[in-house]
Amino acid sequence: MKSTSRRDFLKFMGLTGAACLASAAPLCASTEGAGECETAIAMLYDATMCVGCKACMAACKRVNMDQNNLSYEHLATDGDKLWDAPRDLSGDTRTIIKLYKESDTRFSYVKHSCMHCTKPGCVSACPVKAMTKDPVTGVVAYNKNACIGCRYCQVACPYNIPRFQWSKAIPQIVKCDFCKETNLKAKGKPACGETCPVGAIAFGKRKDLLAEAHRRIADNPGRYVNKVYGEKEVGGANHLYLAAFPFEKLGLPTLKEESPAALSEHIQHTIYKGFIAPVALYGVLCAVALKNKKEQEKLGHGEDN
Amino acid sequence: MGHHDEYQVQHGKILTRPFFVLLALVVIGFGLIAYRFIAGVGAVTGLSDGYPWGIWIAYDVATGTAFACGGYALALMIYIMNRWKYHPLIRSALLTSVFGYCLAGFSVMVDLGRYWNAYSFFLPSRWQPNSIMFEVALCVMTYSTVLIIEFLPAVLYTLEHSRWQWVRDAGQWLHPRLTPSGETLQSGLSAVSRAAGHVQVRLDKVLIFFIVLGITLPSMHQSSLGSMMIIAGDKLHPLWQTGFLPLLFLINCIFIGYATVMFESIISSYGFKRPYETHELSGLAKVVPMVAGLWMAVRFGDLIWRGQIPAILAFDRNSFFFLLEMALIGGGAAMLLWRKNRLSPRMLFVSGAILMLGGGLFRFNVYLIGFNPGEGWSYFPSFAEFMITVGIVALEILGYLVLVKIFPVMPNPKKHFEEEVEEAAGELVGVPIPDAANARVFVGK
Repeated sequence: MKSTSRRDFLKFMGLTGAACLASAAPLCASTEGAGECETAIAMLYDATMCVGCKACMAACKRVNMDQNNLSYEHLATDGDKLWDAPRDLSGDTRTIIKLYKESDTRFSYVKHSCMHCTKPGCVSACPVKAMTKDPVTGVVAYNKNACIGCRYCQVACPYNIPRFQWSKAIPQIVKCDFCKETNLKAKGKPACGETCPVGAIAFGKRKDLLAEAHRRIADNPGRYVNKVYGEKEVGGANHLYLAAFPFEKLGLPTLKEESPAALSEHIQHTIYKGFIAPVALYGVLCAVALKNKKEQEKLGHGEDN
Repeated sequence: MGHHDEYQVQHGKILTRPFFVLLALVVIGFGLIAYRFIAGVGAVTGLSDGYPWGIWIAYDVATGTAFACGGYALALMIYIMNRWKYHPLIRSALLTSVFGYCLAGFSVMVDLGRYWNAYSFFLPSRWQPNSIMFEVALCVMTYSTVLIIEFLPAVLYTLEHSRWQWVRDAGQWLHPRLTPSGETLQSGLSAVSRAAGHVQVRLDKVLIFFIVLGITLPSMHQSSLGSMMIIAGDKLHPLWQTGFLPLLFLINCIFIGYATVMFESIISSYGFKRPYETHELSGLAKVVPMVAGLWMAVRFGDLIWRGQIPAILAFDRNSFFFLLEMALIGGGAAMLLWRKNRLSPRMLFVSGAILMLGGGLFRFNVYLIGFNPGEGWSYFPSFAEFMITVGIVALEILGYLVLVKIFPVMPNPKKHFEEEVEEAAGELVGVPIPDAANARVFVGK
C-alpha cells in the first residue's frame, strides 16, 4: 500500500460509496404502510352456508391442474383410483374443505386456501420475486419460472399455505392465486366461487365483501361469532371468513394484527437504509486497518499474507 | 513484505487412514445427493410443508457458517484491534472458513427445489431487496469469493516456489508421445511460477481491501441470518423470537469464531503432532468471556424487557433447550476466566468445543427446535438427510487435511515462537514452551 497516498485512498472510498448509494437507493424503496388498496378483490367464505360437497376442490384441481402440474391423490383402499382424496393442502391441492365436529349435530365445514394477505410474508420473504402481490387486485401469485425452491415463503406464511411438491424432481410451490391465470382470466371469477352450489363463496371487491360480512353478522347475530376472520389478521387479508365457531377451532390460527413481514422489513430497512451503514462500516474499517498495517510495517512485521 | 516463512506446509502422506474413512463418508453422502436430484427433496429428507427447513439449513448454513467465522473473528482481532501476534493463525482459520462457506453454499444448492433457477440472483430484475434471504444469499456468495481471494497468497506462493516434481513424475509415467519435451515442460512450468509471482506482488498491494471486505460482509450476513427468522412470527417460540435476533447472531458468530479457532488449532496440533499455539490461543481465550458475556447480557435484557422470564422457568421442551444453550455458552465462557485454564491446551479445547456446541445450539433453536408451525407437524431428520450433512462435513475435513499438506497454511513454529516467546516471557512464567513432547502429555498416553 506504500504507493497509495491518503488522497487516493479517500478518493477511492468516496467513489465506492457514491456508486453503492446510487445503485442501492432505488432498491430499498419502502412498500410499507400502504394498506389494502380500494381496487383489491377478495373472497368471502361463509362456513355456515357451506354444505361440504367439495365441488370447489374438484373445480380448483380441474382448472389449475396443468398450470401447477397437480396430481390426484388416491387412498390406498381406492384400487380403481376413482376418488381424489387429499387429506390436507399439499403440492397437489390448492384448496380443501375440512370438517370440524363438536358433536353429531354441531359441526362446521371450513375451506382452507391462500389468505392473500395485505402484507404477505411470502412476498416479503421471496428473494427472487417469484411471489408477487398485484398492486391493483391484491392477488398474491406465484411464478414458477423465477422460483428457486428455497421454501422461505413456507417459513414466512403464518397460515402454512404455500405447499411444496416434495416427491417431484422438478417441484413447484403450490398455492391459490384466485385462478389468476385460469378461471379469473377466462370467466372473471375463481373456479371455486363459480362452482359453489349454495353461494358459500362470494367473490368481489374487498370493501364490498367486508361490508357484506358485517351486515350478515348484524342481521343474524346468533348465527355467527362476532368476527370477520381475515379483516385484521397480520395486517388484513383478502380471504374473509364467517363462521359459527371460534376460528381457532376450525384450524385458523389466532394471529396478532401486526405483520411479522412488516417488522422484518422495518428492521432490515433501518439497518440498510440507502446502503449507508455497510459502506460507512467498510470505510471506517479500511481506515483503521490501513493505519494498523502501516504501524506494523514500521515495526518491521508487515503484512505477510 | 513477504514473511512467507511465517507459514509452512504440513509434511506427511496425504493418503492416510483418516483420508479413506472421510472419503467413504463423502462417497455415501454424494451418492445420496445424486438420489435426491433424481427422486426429489422429499425422498431423502424428513421435511414437510410445516417444517420446510431441516438440518441442511439449520446446521449446514445457519450453524456451519458460524463455525466458519474463525477467519472473520481473527481478522477483526488482527487488523482492526491491531493484535498482529495472532497473524500466524489466520491461514488455517481462513481455510476452515473457505470450506465452511463454500460447502454451506453447496448445501443450499442441494436443498433448493428449483436449483436451476438460482441464476435469478444474478439478474437485477429479479432482485427482491425486502427479502432477508436475498441479502444473505448475495452476501454469502460475495464473501465466499473474498475468502478464496484471501487464501490465494498461499496458493500463489506454492505455485511460485514449487519444484513441480509431481508434474515431472507424471510426465515420466505417461507415454513419451503424450508429454511435451523436457525443455517445453520446463519453460511452461517456469512461466506458471513467474506468473504466480507476478500476481502475488500485485495482490499483496490490494489484499488489505479484500481483508476489510471480509470483515464487513460477515457483519452483514451473520446478523441477517438472525433477521431471517423474524418473519416466522409466532411460529418461533418467544424465547427466541425477538427483534434483537440480528444483534444476537452477530455477537454469537464472533465468540463461536474464536472457539472454533481454539478447537481447530488444538485438534490439528494434536493430530499433526505439532507444538500447541497455546500462547496465541490463550490471548484469544481472554476475549471470549467478554464477547459471550455481552451476548448473554443482550439475551437476558431482551427476555426481561419482553417479559419472557416465566417461559424460561416453564421447564417444558423449549425451556429445557434454552437452559441447555445458556449453560453451555455460560459454562464454556466461564472456564476461560481462569488464567490456568487459558494456558492449558486441554481446557482450551474443551471450552472451545463447549462454546461451539452452545453457540450452535442457539442457532439450532432459532431455526428448528423453537420453530413450531402448529399442531400436527413434526420433524426429525431422516437417515439419508443426516448422512448427506455428514458427507458434506467429511468433505470439509478432508479438504482441510489435504490442503494443509499442499499449501503453506499451518503456523511455522520456528518462526513465530522465537519472537513471541521472548516477547511474552513475562506472561508465560512457569509454562513450558509447547513442543512435540507436550503433545504426548496432553494425550495422556
